[in-house]
Amino acid sequence: METTANNDLITRSENILERVITSTKIRDAVKGIKRIRRSHRQIRAENVFRRTLTIVGLVTVLLVMGIMLTLIVQSTLSIKTTGISYLWGKTWDPVRDIFGAYPFLLGTLLTSFLALFISIPFSFAVAIFLGEYYPKGWLPNLLKNTVELIAAVPSVIYGFWGLAVLVPIVRSFESSIGVDPVGLGIFTSSLILAIMVIPYAASLGQSMIKMVPANLKEAAYSLGATRWEVIRSVIIPYTKSGLFAGILLSLGRALGETMAVTMVIGNTSLIPKSIFAPGNTMASVIANEFTEADHPVYLSALIELGLVLFLVTVVINMIGKRLTKQFTN
Amino acid sequence: MKKVKTLALTAFAIIVSGGMMLVGCNGGTGNGSKADSTANSTSDNDNTILGAGSTFDNPLFSKMFSEYNKTNGLKVNYQSIGSGGGIQQLTSKTVDFGASDAPLNGKQDSALSGPVVHVPVTAGAVVISYNLPELKDTLNFTPDVLAKMFLGEIKKWNDPKIAAINKGVKLPATDILIAHRSDGSGTTNIFTTYLSKVSPEWDSKVGKGSSVNWPVGLGGKGNEGVAGSIKQTPGGVGYIELAYAMQNNMAFGKLQNKAGNFITPSIASVTSAANITIPADAKVSLTNTDAPDGYPISGLSWVLVYKEQKYSDRSADKATKMLKLIQWMIHDGQQYSGALNYAPLSPAAVTVGDAILKTVTYDGKPILQ
Repeated sequence: METTANNDLITRSENILERVITSTKIRDAVKGIKRIRRSHRQIRAENVFRRTLTIVGLVTVLLVMGIMLTLIVQSTLSIKTTGISYLWGKTWDPVRDIFGAYPFLLGTLLTSFLALFISIPFSFAVAIFLGEYYPKGWLPNLLKNTVELIAAVPSVIYGFWGLAVLVPIVRSFESSIGVDPVGLGIFTSSLILAIMVIPYAASLGQSMIKMVPANLKEAAYSLGATRWEVIRSVIIPYTKSGLFAGILLSLGRALGETMAVTMVIGNTSLIPKSIFAPGNTMASVIANEFTEADHPVYLSALIELGLVLFLVTVVINMIGKRLTKQFTN
Repeated sequence: MKKVKTLALTAFAIIVSGGMMLVGCNGGTGNGSKADSTANSTSDNDNTILGAGSTFDNPLFSKMFSEYNKTNGLKVNYQSIGSGGGIQQLTSKTVDFGASDAPLNGKQDSALSGPVVHVPVTAGAVVISYNLPELKDTLNFTPDVLAKMFLGEIKKWNDPKIAAINKGVKLPATDILIAHRSDGSGTTNIFTTYLSKVSPEWDSKVGKGSSVNWPVGLGGKGNEGVAGSIKQTPGGVGYIELAYAMQNNMAFGKLQNKAGNFITPSIASVTSAANITIPADAKVSLTNTDAPDGYPISGLSWVLVYKEQKYSDRSADKATKMLKLIQWMIHDGQQYSGALNYAPLSPAAVTVGDAILKTVTYDGKPILQ
């Protein structure tokens, strides 16, 4: 009786056990299959995503290569007629088909680097102020948005403002220091460019400064360092490469800027004698003369100017990358 | 898996339909009614004329085309991209007519697949504007003085050469600051063509073209850029289109013409400049005109069309409509010139224009009788 009851109990419990075991097995199996399916699906999705990324990336590279190729092909005529002396030729005479890009090359480099020198103190000050001193609050927010707005304003507006406001100021400044009071020229364009490039170095620098680990700064403070000392010996060394990358970004913008520059630079093909003299940049010559370039060699020479500008940007970027690497090491 | 497929399919569908929409839109450019485009596509297409070229002509053309559209229902789509651009588009046959402030040069001519005729449609002039605030009188210029100023040889306003032709005018000792166009333009072309004609030195040192290598001065973009440089700088002087100078009340000087008279630039004196014997092909520069009361820095502006209109898949109907439009422009259309500060064509220019239009053919047969 007892045994049977026991047996009964055992079989029942075994049954339950079995049932439990089988049900978990099934569940596991089902789960396993689901997991496999899901992982298959995930892998597929991952693959599609990766492929899309690769294709988009490749398209971008192809586009840049394509632009470069177009520039080279279209400027062959000019390269053939003028040769390498195009780069240091001092005369740009579309009437006689004499094309020398040197005055414009010089103008581009002068305005861009001068603009960079003027803008660096401002952009670094903004970066340090927003990154270290006052990262939060309404005033820093206002400053941040204002600086970002500088980048959003169309360049023709800067040109307009430069022509109406900055040029007369520069003119009276020039007459007070005793140079030809022209107002338009390399110096005025550099000022305009300097304002335009501030946000690039400032916003990158600011986010780099915010990323400096707090323990590093706290360690310095605990050793009795003042705020200035922390900035000088902890923050700036730590963010060097970021700050430099910001400068590069600014330079890239300054090299290619066209509209604002062409409105205030004076547009002459003569070689500038000083930074107060009028000049011209490559981008501005292209913008000015492209529509009415009425014979093939002229058109080709303008496209070659575009090629030179392209190469100058590439070379400066490469040098910049090398320097950034050296800084980080 | 299925999801990805559907996603991909949807994306594909969107791209395809987007592409089709774009194609559809392209086909419909300029056609007002798209609904019956299949039935009426040819006649709709024939009712739209495409043109491109001179920015100088644009305000006048806009007025003329809108007036013509009211009476004849013909749509004209004109892109003012500059004379050079218009010639290029005509060369590639993407437009029905081009418009230019300068006749085709040899290189442009050889790039064309067939002969092109020049029909004069309007005339303009280039004035010498200056900024001498304390001066009340209108300054006189002679061709020689003008060339020397733009060559940088005359540097001060009180130079004896300027004083000699402006007797009784108290000239200031201000520096002369030259302002010129930085963008390639028909205005520069007319101005430098004139200087090349009157000054051998200018011709050998600088020459003529829509952009030249300026020996001195500052470049400004467009008429407004040059005007801005002149207005801002005391002692500034530059060349500006007559219409722009009149609309903006800028001071401009009188210029001595070939006959020796000092002529104030005006619509009348520009029209007079074109009242000379115009050659049969109308490719004439009015600069340094022989007309005794003509302003010497004047120039015609031309509409350019292929002499043989049967090319690509153009219909005879379209060619006729276009020629009738041009004929209207040189006759009735001229009434809109004055209000917009353009000089109406001289009778001589209209006669030549009419004769040229009659030489345009479709499949070898003249279109206009």
